Amino acid sequence: MAEFLIETIGLPIWLAWTCIAGLSAVLILNVIAGGALVFIWAERKIAARIQDRLGPTRTGGRFGWLQSLADGIKLLAKEDLMPDGADALLFRLAPYVSFCASFCAFIALPFAFDTVGQRLNVGVFFVVAVLGLEVFGVILAGYASASKWSLFGAMREAAQVVSYEVPLGMCVVVPVMLAGSMDLVTIGEKQAGWATNWFIFHDPFTFIIFWVYCTCAIASVNRAPFDLAEAESELVAGFHTEYSGLRWSFFFMAEYGSMFLVSALAAILFLGGWNGPIPVSELLGLSDGVSATDPFALRIVGCMNLFLKATAGVLLMMWIRWTLPRLRIDQVMTTCLKYCTPIAAAMFLGVMLWQLFLPGGLVAGSFRAAAGVREGWLEQSYRKESADEESLSVKTLSRHVFEVSR
Amino acid sequence: MSQILDDDQRIIEFDVRTDEMLVNMGPQHPSTHGVLRLVLRTDGEIVSEMEPHIGYLHRCAEKIGENLTARQWIPYTDRMDYLAAMNMNLGWSLAVEKLLRYQVSEKAKHLRVLIVELNRIASHLVGMGAYGLDLGTFSPFLYAFREREKILDLFEEVCGARLTYSYITVGGMTADLPPGWLQRCEAFLDQFEPIIQEYHALLTTNAIFVKRTAKIGVLSPEMAIDYGCTGPVLRGSGVDIDLRRDGESIYTAMYDGYAFEVAVMKNGHYPRDHEYPAVPRDAILGDCWHRFFVRMLEVVQSMDLIRQSIDRYSQCKGALGEPLKLAEKLPAGDTYLETECPKGQMGFYLVTDGTSIPWRVRARSSSFSNLAVSPELCRGCLIADVPAIVGSLDVVMGEIDR
Repeated sequence: MAEFLIETIGLPIWLAWTCIAGLSAVLILNVIAGGALVFIWAERKIAARIQDRLGPTRTGGRFGWLQSLADGIKLLAKEDLMPDGADALLFRLAPYVSFCASFCAFIALPFAFDTVGQRLNVGVFFVVAVLGLEVFGVILAGYASASKWSLFGAMREAAQVVSYEVPLGMCVVVPVMLAGSMDLVTIGEKQAGWATNWFIFHDPFTFIIFWVYCTCAIASVNRAPFDLAEAESELVAGFHTEYSGLRWSFFFMAEYGSMFLVSALAAILFLGGWNGPIPVSELLGLSDGVSATDPFALRIVGCMNLFLKATAGVLLMMWIRWTLPRLRIDQVMTTCLKYCTPIAAAMFLGVMLWQLFLPGGLVAGSFRAAAGVREGWLEQSYRKESADEESLSVKTLSRHVFEVSR
Repeated sequence: MSQILDDDQRIIEFDVRTDEMLVNMGPQHPSTHGVLRLVLRTDGEIVSEMEPHIGYLHRCAEKIGENLTARQWIPYTDRMDYLAAMNMNLGWSLAVEKLLRYQVSEKAKHLRVLIVELNRIASHLVGMGAYGLDLGTFSPFLYAFREREKILDLFEEVCGARLTYSYITVGGMTADLPPGWLQRCEAFLDQFEPIIQEYHALLTTNAIFVKRTAKIGVLSPEMAIDYGCTGPVLRGSGVDIDLRRDGESIYTAMYDGYAFEVAVMKNGHYPRDHEYPAVPRDAILGDCWHRFFVRMLEVVQSMDLIRQSIDRYSQCKGALGEPLKLAEKLPAGDTYLETECPKGQMGFYLVTDGTSIPWRVRARSSSFSNLAVSPELCRGCLIADVPAIVGSLDVVMGEIDR
């Protein structure tokens, strides 16, 4: 796009790139903020249906679809309160830190093969790292509010999110290992084709680790049953007890943004990303699976696929929230350190070995091995090679893993 | 040094002692069931000391009772345990009737059982739903209120009010049942019975719920008796006392011939006249889970009692009987009577001097004694356990402050 502006319109290079960057930012911000509004409305309707209620019915005509907007206007009109003892600067800063962290991560998130704000070769790393920054906003809010409940919420959040980063990181590394790249676009492209190519169906270990990822993702975005930071029956409202009006809504938007983000990440890492379960376009001969030759329509379909999968993840989180009671802080930590982390580590090891001996996934890999096609022989020769070596260092092992997966 | 119990009831001691923090939980707090204020002394997440402060809802109800006739005070009893106003009405009416040595008609007795047990279900539904809310799950609360609404609809038909009924009164009831009411009540019971399984699925047997309630706030039978705990709190600790069976004759006469088994764990299991979920392995007698479960059992028990009372009431011939005069003269003397209310044993004491207005009125409320034990239960628990423990005691502030 920037090249187009430079060559055809003749804009200076710096201006062209700034324009495009601004355009991308506005697009992402609006899509995600709009999405957050829709999710807030959806959560109200879903919660209502789960609880035998109707939820909003009138705002905006039918189904109360304008309810989020009406809420937004209400929040704008509310008095902006700050407690007397609050640290004014940090108190004001905190919502923006959370909001920015949650929304910045979308820069590297591909919605389809080439529909991505900025394609990074360390995309996974970037998304997880930036998402982890969200906790800073929460800790700042809790600390700056000069309220004991807020402080409790912030401390819980700090303990919880930092702990869950460990198993979450391990879960995220598995698709990276299978794809041999940290680039989210590459990871998505590796899963093109039939649904059996999705990393969740790669082998039994990935299937299990997907559910570990789900648990950790819910915990790291503070949704029930891990919503300890804002546990309303214990800590009033936790870290945002003292917030009102628009500042509070920034936390709210950040929460829904993060929910969508971790769901989209799950979709890309495990559920085939923008690839549908059936490779319709390839069967029809519209695409050969290489992104460069794809027409515009395929891009839209890809985005739709990803949005559908991510939305399914968000809906699952809502369903869980309105069904389960909340865990206690020690139980949350037990879940993380006693169960999630060891399981994730074991599955990581399992995937590594599987990749070494049966590369190419459960169905496809076994077929290939049985048919004795080239990949299968290749893999066997690798094994022979490695057996010849006296000691198999971790370095060579990982090199094999990456090479075989390619 | 602070202490906390681990899963196997061993005391874990923490060497690192951080600064203690004094936190006010309430009176404006989402999980204190009204205007209860809990002062917590916390060491990190651990509560080293908890002290309930009461009195935010004090309305001098007892003093008002010393300026009104016995029947005029009925509406004030409504506002004590406002979730079980029928039971409050009954407690006061029976106390006055005991003083007067007055016997209501057979029909009125059965109607009283019917109404009171229906209100017990409503009260336990609120207790159950709000307990879910305390533990962070919202949906069971609304499922409970959905069914409670239907009970309130039935009460509205009977007496016009949905919360403060003043229906049972000294010497009988203010009115008889409207036509067709018994069929609607039976229809409600038939519809409600399968829904209890829903509550068991969402709460009683839910893994997280069990984790949050089992072995939390363990109340030993001795401590329960020492503190004067009553009702489901006492029975949850395995003490087999239910005034409907063990109370004074004027009260137990109401339940004469009714078949019911007190919901209490005996020899390691609960009475099995219905299909209940099994007691989870982690739960020990006297913990929050057992207190909750006793309430769930009492809902089923009350349904049985209502079905029996509907039969008996419809078989009764003759009139219901008129209540006593508004300014009935009370003989000089004093009387005390306790009845089994949903929250526990509610006692009314009145001293009379021969006029129609009592000289002294005093109420002994179950929630007051039940709440008094909470500092013992909360010592060394986590902050998240405080709502779990206080919620499992199921207190109503209107009854504590009076």
